[in-house]
Amino acid sequence: MDSALIPKGVKRCPLWQFALFIGAVSAVLGWGVYAMLLCWFKGLNQTNMNDYYGFALWIWADLAVIAIGGGAFFTGLLKYIFGKDDLKNIINYAVLIGFICYSSALLILAIDIGQPLRGWFIFWHANVHSMLTEVAFCLTCYFGVLTIEYIPLILENRQIDRVPFFHHLSHNMHEIMAVFAATGAFLSFFHQGSLGGVAGVLFGRPFAFREGLLVWPWTFFLFTWSAAACGPCFTILVTKITEAVTRKKLVKDNAIELLAKISGWMILTYIIAKTIDTWYWAKVLAPSKGLTMMDFYSNNPLYGIWILITEIVICGFVPAFILITKKGRKNSLALWIAVTLAVVGVCLNRWVMVLQVLAIPVMTFDIWAMYFPSWQEIATTILPVAYGIILIALSYRYLPVFPNEAELNPLEPLPVEDQEPSELLGDQERELIPAEA
Amino acid sequence: MGKEQKGPKTKRFGMVIDLDKCTGCGSCMVACMAENNVPFRKDESNKFLSLTWLRIYKLTNGKPFPDTDICYLPRPCMHCEGHGGHSPCVSVCPAVATDYSDETGIVSQIYTRCFGCRYCMASCPYHARYFNWWDPVWPDGMEKYLSPNVSPRMRGVVEKCSFCYHRYQLAKERIFIEGRSEVEEDEYQTSCAQACPARAITFGDLNNPKHAVYKKKKSPNGFRLLERLGTNPKIYYVSSREWVRRAGDNYLKGEGKLKESVQHG
Repeated sequence: MDSALIPKGVKRCPLWQFALFIGAVSAVLGWGVYAMLLCWFKGLNQTNMNDYYGFALWIWADLAVIAIGGGAFFTGLLKYIFGKDDLKNIINYAVLIGFICYSSALLILAIDIGQPLRGWFIFWHANVHSMLTEVAFCLTCYFGVLTIEYIPLILENRQIDRVPFFHHLSHNMHEIMAVFAATGAFLSFFHQGSLGGVAGVLFGRPFAFREGLLVWPWTFFLFTWSAAACGPCFTILVTKITEAVTRKKLVKDNAIELLAKISGWMILTYIIAKTIDTWYWAKVLAPSKGLTMMDFYSNNPLYGIWILITEIVICGFVPAFILITKKGRKNSLALWIAVTLAVVGVCLNRWVMVLQVLAIPVMTFDIWAMYFPSWQEIATTILPVAYGIILIALSYRYLPVFPNEAELNPLEPLPVEDQEPSELLGDQERELIPAEA
Repeated sequence: MGKEQKGPKTKRFGMVIDLDKCTGCGSCMVACMAENNVPFRKDESNKFLSLTWLRIYKLTNGKPFPDTDICYLPRPCMHCEGHGGHSPCVSVCPAVATDYSDETGIVSQIYTRCFGCRYCMASCPYHARYFNWWDPVWPDGMEKYLSPNVSPRMRGVVEKCSFCYHRYQLAKERIFIEGRSEVEEDEYQTSCAQACPARAITFGDLNNPKHAVYKKKKSPNGFRLLERLGTNPKIYYVSSREWVRRAGDNYLKGEGKLKESVQHG
């Protein structure tokens, strides 16, 4: 029924099967939307946040999706600015994933603030000293850039592309995409960094506080670096999951391997920098405030030293060493493990920089604060996941997201007697008749 | 936000709290809530959700009888000056909903400007900032007892101790009408300082030699909470007991023997 919308030369599942899948995911989406409405209409008392835990699951989710969505800006930078042309086969998907991540981040922020109708104050009454202001401006602008980068892909839908205006618009947007890629990289540097700065400037919280360069604490640079390093791993991970679900090869190995290699070196350099930062903090910065490193990792039921070892060694050095070796990148299982660990690592880092910061007592007579999210918080955090799956499914079905798909998955030609009349026509005539998929 | 305050005409309102005098009776907390229309709920058992602009902590030295000792420590907002008015909360607020006054040294909170991001709460190591998780609901008839000088806060915004700023405004109005230029020490006092039956809380201008706090803050037994972080708070505590003074900040083993013996009660 929807075959006229499906890209040429590729096969998609029947519409009923697709509708069933979308319906199931929409049910989860609906659950999240219900929880979101509860939070908007009844207030943040629907959550398990409290005066010790003013930032919680949502802010972690926000930071995490922005970090793993970093694949969009970094892949764009590599492709359009550094001329890594092999990445053209994965750039569309990287942009789509980035678009989903950033729109999700904005939605979560809209739920997270106590007075959503005053959300615009952050722009109108902007405090230039606040890292959050920098986050808001750069995040919003970059979301605009991602939208501009996503639009040409939508315009390439088979039916939209038939309209000459849209066809030319899409073509011309592709021509100037390097400008947007550069803008995106610039904006991303600042919003990824300022998210790191959000924690790093908290001089009242010695676990988070870092010195730095000019107005930016070291966490500013570490956050940008880690997003550029681990974001592409998430792009690869989602590509691999999509390939597993569709049971098709969608991106050529050279693109995946190139991205994995660059990501591996980025992770390695990042994790070395992170180790130095942690060492300096533990040996110099924290003791200058009268605290030892183990003060932050003991006397509580959750936050032990295991969390630091997991983040730096298991989810840092291990994936880095896998990805920088040719053997590791070419081994499918090793690649899966490496990209998964890298994604877990960066998400764990964001968790630590949000939730552990608030859990730790600073006054000597204060206590560790533990927290578990309410179902409303969990549902609204799953909401963007469901939304992302739906947008990926729709984009995959109706847009030419993977330029190599037709080449990598050639359709078996039907015997002449079984062919539809449209398939016997010439290319020019076929354009006018909806194709079967 | 402003510059470092050193000029003789610049006020730096603050407190000196004598912990040897505090009995932990809670009068200051009650007075604060009544004065500032601080809302409460039927069930206040979860203290992580209670709004207490001024909260009393119970400290113990952790020693067994007969050496056991306790101390009650009232904790209002510290009205941190930081460096040059960059207090932890003021510098992070994205919408300038909280500000550091160069004139008084008071950290204000603009409820109608706050959009509830709670970044200021995350930045405050004293937990002096509170979020309105619910709209305030007063018991029947209690609306009539609310202070007309303090606006009640709505759901979704942060609030905190203001050093009863409305009292300063009223005092300034009075001196203007009377043609005077200076608010005297006794003309502007916070409700907690006035309510304390033991006179443990002294409030005034830390820059003014005529005010009691000016001398008291220089006590050899004085300290401030978490001074090492650079928050530069304007609440001074006084205690003759060394373990209490040590409890005011974090120390490494070699720096403070008693750090580990202090416990939260």
